[in-house]
Amino acid sequence: MAKHEYSYYPGCSSQKGASSSNLEKSVVTLCEELDIKLNPIPDWNCCGASIGYAGGGELPRMTLSARNLALSEKHHPDQDVVATCAACWLNTREVQERLNHNPALKAETNIALQSVKLEYKGNKKVRHMVEVLIEDIGYDVLGSKVKKPLEGLKIAGYVGCQTNRPFGIDGESFENPMYLDKMVETLGAEALTKYDKKVACCSGALMFSEPEKGQALVKDIIESAYDSGANMIVTPCPLCQANVEIYQDDINARYKTNFDMPVMYYSQLMDVAFGRSALDAALNGNIIQSKRLREIADK
Amino acid sequence: MTTAVNQAMVEKYKGNFLKEVTDNVEEGNWVKMCMQCGVCSGSCPLGPHWDHPPQELFMMIRANKREEVLSSTSMWMCTSCYNCVARCPRGLPITHIMHGLAHYGKRMGMKPKNQPTEKFGQMFWDNLIKKGRVNELKLGLGLYFKDGFAEGVKVSMGKQKLGLNMMKAKRMSPMEMLGGHGVKDLSGFHAMLKKAEELEAARVGANTDAK
Repeated sequence: MAKHEYSYYPGCSSQKGASSSNLEKSVVTLCEELDIKLNPIPDWNCCGASIGYAGGGELPRMTLSARNLALSEKHHPDQDVVATCAACWLNTREVQERLNHNPALKAETNIALQSVKLEYKGNKKVRHMVEVLIEDIGYDVLGSKVKKPLEGLKIAGYVGCQTNRPFGIDGESFENPMYLDKMVETLGAEALTKYDKKVACCSGALMFSEPEKGQALVKDIIESAYDSGANMIVTPCPLCQANVEIYQDDINARYKTNFDMPVMYYSQLMDVAFGRSALDAALNGNIIQSKRLREIADK
Repeated sequence: MTTAVNQAMVEKYKGNFLKEVTDNVEEGNWVKMCMQCGVCSGSCPLGPHWDHPPQELFMMIRANKREEVLSSTSMWMCTSCYNCVARCPRGLPITHIMHGLAHYGKRMGMKPKNQPTEKFGQMFWDNLIKKGRVNELKLGLGLYFKDGFAEGVKVSMGKQKLGLNMMKAKRMSPMEMLGGHGVKDLSGFHAMLKKAEELEAARVGANTDAK
């Protein structure tokens, strides 16, 4: 039996063939290394992300995450819910909080949940994968697993918004959270603490609806990484990863820049540092490759 | 704007838009806690693009500027970054109030015309509701073709490289066109949402009937 077991909420973008399937793959590898078992919530549904408010009112949106929580309560009663996606984590955790503090809303949610023969009780802990790594595994164990230190890599830790606000990671500040830098250093790389866009917004869903405004924000995030001397950006958030990586061509065309900055997940760095292959770390899932990281993986 | 529910609300809350917001807008009861310090407006990444930043919208609510608030494009520029929430000295859930005002304005038939994020947000909701999970490929294509077929072909051609990059990285799958991911208990899922919508409509309806 695995040492740590969790009720896992993967979210839409982590599915096969979806935009953060490389996050999923690298997290699965990471969990193998750390003896963590993730049990997917059976028949989970979308959380509504951040932009769900446009079409869905309060109660319909609440029922989305309530259904997932109720399914988790039913199938994995003794396990914390763990999400890898920032928006999934935020929505699930927030719904839990709002329902538990508002008996009328909870009662109405449960009436809607009767349609799927489920009941939401509200006794789960909802956690982000990085909380599991920090709180249940710990930096010491993470450090002890390092076989190939990421020496010479200068990394801009981009925490972004929703892994940081409004809940954040326990004990960290909203303005300057340190956990990502600590993870980077634990893996033997250099954390660029002067990176001033650490908690800036990547524009979220507005990248799709208002690309000019979104690209302006992302341009600053990348530029600031170059200014602090970064070889790459690392992030815990799937939308941050996608927004900052995949529009670099468009940004270059718009602003006459020459950006070619790899944007990796913390889990990919860990996989490589723990001695796993480039394939296991899902490095082929990145559009902009980090030559240096690949060399370490292939060493 | 002439939707029945909007007319009823205008009647019921005549001259007291703050009360209407408190009663009907998601997290709207918090508006009265705003002390007009402006930290939210100064913290917003889309600040330069708003007609009315949050602090100003809150003042306009108190000043009974119902039409201007509910039809404003401002709330639709919220990126959900929660900077305002983290920094508000009074702990207002500003992000949610913005979402709530946007949705309520839409419910009252007062959404701004051709607001791109409003359009995309509705497409996103319709997409996720259909199968219970988001189909990113269909969402992306829908976005390209939102302004008609000819414009869509043009946009798609422009995005060809991006699409190929994503397919090469196996982060976009053409197979998604043929169905894609979804929940198994789809009929239950739809029944659940229908019930939730009914309950919510009844709540707003109850507020209107009570006049």
